[in-house]
Amino acid sequence: MIKVLDRWAVDSRLVFTIVGLSVFGIAMIYSAGAVHIPNPVTDSAWLRQSLWFGLALVAFTVLVRVPLRWIEWVAIPAYVISIVLLGITLIIGTGVGTAVGVRSWIDLGFIGFQPSEIAKLATVLVVARVLSQREAPLTSLKDLLVPAILVGLPLGLVMLQPDLGTAIAFVGILFAMLYWAGTPVALLLLVASPVIGLFLSYDTRIWSFYIIALIGFLYLYRYRLFLFESVALVVANFASATISRPLWNSLATYQQNRILVYLDPEVDPRGAGYQIIQSKVAIGSGGVMGQGFTLGSQKRYDFLPEQHTDFIFSVVGEELGFLGAALAISVFTYVLSRMVHLAEKSADPFAGLVLLGIFGTWLVHIFVNIGMTVGVLPITGIPLPFVSYGGTFLFMSWVAVAVAVRVAHEW
Amino acid sequence: MNLRMPHERKRRALGVYIAIAVVMAALTVAFFRIQVLGSSTWELRAESNRIRQLPIPTSRGIIYDRNGQILADNVPGYAITLLPGPLDSARATLERMSDYVEISEPQIERVVSTMARFGREVIVDADADFQVISALEERRAEFPGLYIEMRPRRRYLVREAAAHVLGYVGEITGEELSLSAFPEERYEQGMIVGKGGIEKQYEALLQGRRGLKYVEFDARGRIVGDFAGVSTDPGEEGGELRLNIDLELQEWIHQIFPDSMAGAVVALDPDDGGVLALYSAPSFDPNEFVGGIEQEHWNALNTDEKRPLFDRAVLGLYPPASTWKLAAAGIALDLGVVTPDEHMSVPCNGGWFYGDRYWRCHDAGGHGYQTLAEAIGNSCDVYFYQLGLRIGLDDMLRRATNIGFSRQCGVDLPQESRGIFPAEREWWNRNFNYSPSQGEVLNLAIGQGPNSQTPLKVAQFYLALARNGSAPAPTIARGIDLGQSWSLDLEPEHIEALREGLRKVTAPGGTAHFGTALEHWEVIGKTGTGEHALSQAELAEPHAWFAGMAGRPGEAPEIVVAVIVEYGASGSAMAAPIMAKTADFYLRKRYGIPIDSVQTYREHLLRGIPTPWYSARYAPRTEAPQ
Repeated sequence: MIKVLDRWAVDSRLVFTIVGLSVFGIAMIYSAGAVHIPNPVTDSAWLRQSLWFGLALVAFTVLVRVPLRWIEWVAIPAYVISIVLLGITLIIGTGVGTAVGVRSWIDLGFIGFQPSEIAKLATVLVVARVLSQREAPLTSLKDLLVPAILVGLPLGLVMLQPDLGTAIAFVGILFAMLYWAGTPVALLLLVASPVIGLFLSYDTRIWSFYIIALIGFLYLYRYRLFLFESVALVVANFASATISRPLWNSLATYQQNRILVYLDPEVDPRGAGYQIIQSKVAIGSGGVMGQGFTLGSQKRYDFLPEQHTDFIFSVVGEELGFLGAALAISVFTYVLSRMVHLAEKSADPFAGLVLLGIFGTWLVHIFVNIGMTVGVLPITGIPLPFVSYGGTFLFMSWVAVAVAVRVAHEW
Repeated sequence: MNLRMPHERKRRALGVYIAIAVVMAALTVAFFRIQVLGSSTWELRAESNRIRQLPIPTSRGIIYDRNGQILADNVPGYAITLLPGPLDSARATLERMSDYVEISEPQIERVVSTMARFGREVIVDADADFQVISALEERRAEFPGLYIEMRPRRRYLVREAAAHVLGYVGEITGEELSLSAFPEERYEQGMIVGKGGIEKQYEALLQGRRGLKYVEFDARGRIVGDFAGVSTDPGEEGGELRLNIDLELQEWIHQIFPDSMAGAVVALDPDDGGVLALYSAPSFDPNEFVGGIEQEHWNALNTDEKRPLFDRAVLGLYPPASTWKLAAAGIALDLGVVTPDEHMSVPCNGGWFYGDRYWRCHDAGGHGYQTLAEAIGNSCDVYFYQLGLRIGLDDMLRRATNIGFSRQCGVDLPQESRGIFPAEREWWNRNFNYSPSQGEVLNLAIGQGPNSQTPLKVAQFYLALARNGSAPAPTIARGIDLGQSWSLDLEPEHIEALREGLRKVTAPGGTAHFGTALEHWEVIGKTGTGEHALSQAELAEPHAWFAGMAGRPGEAPEIVVAVIVEYGASGSAMAAPIMAKTADFYLRKRYGIPIDSVQTYREHLLRGIPTPWYSARYAPRTEAPQ
């Protein structure tokens, strides 16, 4: 039986789990549209999502038969095209729905799509190609420069849109792939140190301890890094601490609020805190067993404008309860673990890196999206893979599945 | 590369598995905490219940006068609010409600469409009567989604007496919501904001910050209780505001100002330019505006030809007439074209030929030869025609403009008219399309011609005369430095010469003596008779002016007052007594002397009350005491 299914899906366990997630997503989108004051957009969202799911399965069927070397070959052109598209987006891009102010969509009239979705996959492919062709191990900061630039370019363009959530996904790609390519964990932490310092700099004393610890660590680590690299790290840390205040001031008020509200939702119970509070009430009302599919009362009153996209998991929590939420989290855990398992089994470095890159994207999306609904993480507009409403997002996620399955099973 | 080695991949994969486990465990724990451990706090009490945020209105800041008396405070009021729900049900509720509340079909549609657009609670009546509220409360079950909100209601204790200066409040308009003065974080539909006067000027201070609470509702829209999961934000009350205004003085002016007349009274404190009183007649009751003025009443206020809503004190522009002769005299003294003691070459014989026309003096009998002070005392036009010519048109335009007669005073009110005074000859070309002749200066010198000032501006000019020649911007709020000031730039002896002229006006034999002589105080000032288009056509009386200052005899003035009575005919008979009575009230209160409604010498004479103080001051016995 598995053999028969494998003929279509290649990796039945992964692919059918994700089919299950997608169907689950459509069901939840249907439920999210069942509100007290019906709204033509959310009302039929599940139908459009089903249509896109059909298209995604067709694309999967075709793409899963594309040889790995072709995928490897297409990496560079795909990357170049997606960078160009991101650039164009900044000029002619439009906002959609509640994120009207963000220029992240290209509207072709009959269809709209987010170039950043293409850019994520293209970046994974190009970084996998660069890292897999490298023979020497990655031991110094200099070695990380090329992958960092390859990821930094689309990341910067996405930040300009500004789409913070997607930008974080690019960070996930970079770190997952560098780790898989053999970069020492200590080195990765050093790379992350200016960002850590940025957040710690809100308190001068804490930051002072931190910078002393960092310099001490660099001293112990001195034989593994060039001197200029150590100096550059310290300079970067000082620089990030210096710009933290102007950077904070340059954030839009709604962005500042989201961060403040994350630290304390009651700081701004009217604005950004409203979403967290409503989401937590919906989830809390679900209790252990949930209120039942389509029966969530908070949801029925349309408590959030994004309950079929970014806050879909709040609906899951309200209607299916802790059992449903925990089950959904377990399924995501299985999908992620399966990706790592496939990478582990794959002798081809390119294949393993592609799997880890896609894994990195999904991990960030899942963690950040679900985390924000329960107030574990700040609110960023980032959808939940396979579940949130969004046609092109579902489609591109399935393209990623096809690529992942193909590279994992070609030996 | 070591990725080709299975054991290395295994080692790396282990790290990733640990990362997945940590992340997913963190999420599961978060859900466990909210859904299993914390469900009593985060859970709603019934499956059909839901939570909503509701604003908690806070009190608007109280406005006090200079002595700590309350000008505006708040009393409890009620707003009828409809919570969001299915639109059909909301419409049905409103229709049922219309039996008890005055609500028209278009209003119902407006409420429903606002709800459909914003999906939040909508105010049906921002200020409902208590009877209506009780009627609705009794039939609570018939009105799902009805929410009665306690909200403080503004109350103006002084009613008509201080309506223009205080302004009033009303519901914020859509237009106002789009202005940067009403930032999104603090203002939303249904809020009450200042609409004029001090209420508008100090809106940001008075408003305070709305609080917020989360409440739980049942399916029929009834409030079950406050939601336990989130604490209430009580908001912040509006800040208090203390004014320089003297409430009792303001009420006194309202009382003595002739009932059927229109006009304005401005009283300033020479110490700091504080506005002691700012009164415009006729007035209105600002309480009528609170909670929305009735259409009928609004129409009446707007169609009244006396324009009660118009603040004449700061917006009305009038020819300053003879009150402005002091400015001409000051300019002449400063230019050195005249000295206080010299006589003009032509004596006043009731008029004067200049150019091709005969220029009249108001007194056809003539004033003869006069010094500057005498000419001010007589308000002699012939003297001032010649004085104007000595200054010359160009210098007159330049100096008067420099002093500030075409600027605003800079008072802390949202609106103030700018004085009209030509800055250069070009002005006539622009406005009337002809080049002015030198003769224009004759008109300007007596305060006529293209010269219009607000009562506040005239008061500010006399404030400068009462001080050392400079005047700060008049300030209504206490302890605020508006920083703007203007200066006449005169030598002290020139100011003294001008004051000597003002003294002649109110001295025995002066134009305004009977109406301004007071028992305890010395009043000096200048009358004015403002000719305007209607009065020149002899269709109406001219405007009556009096501007001056008062204090203890022989000492520095303690109050400056400017009065205009529209179509009041005579500055000395109509405006001067109002000024004197205003000053008398303020000074008596200041020095603890009981108030008496019979104040001026004229009032004493009319009532036949003996005036020993008058004989003692103005007609002392010549024989030596025994």
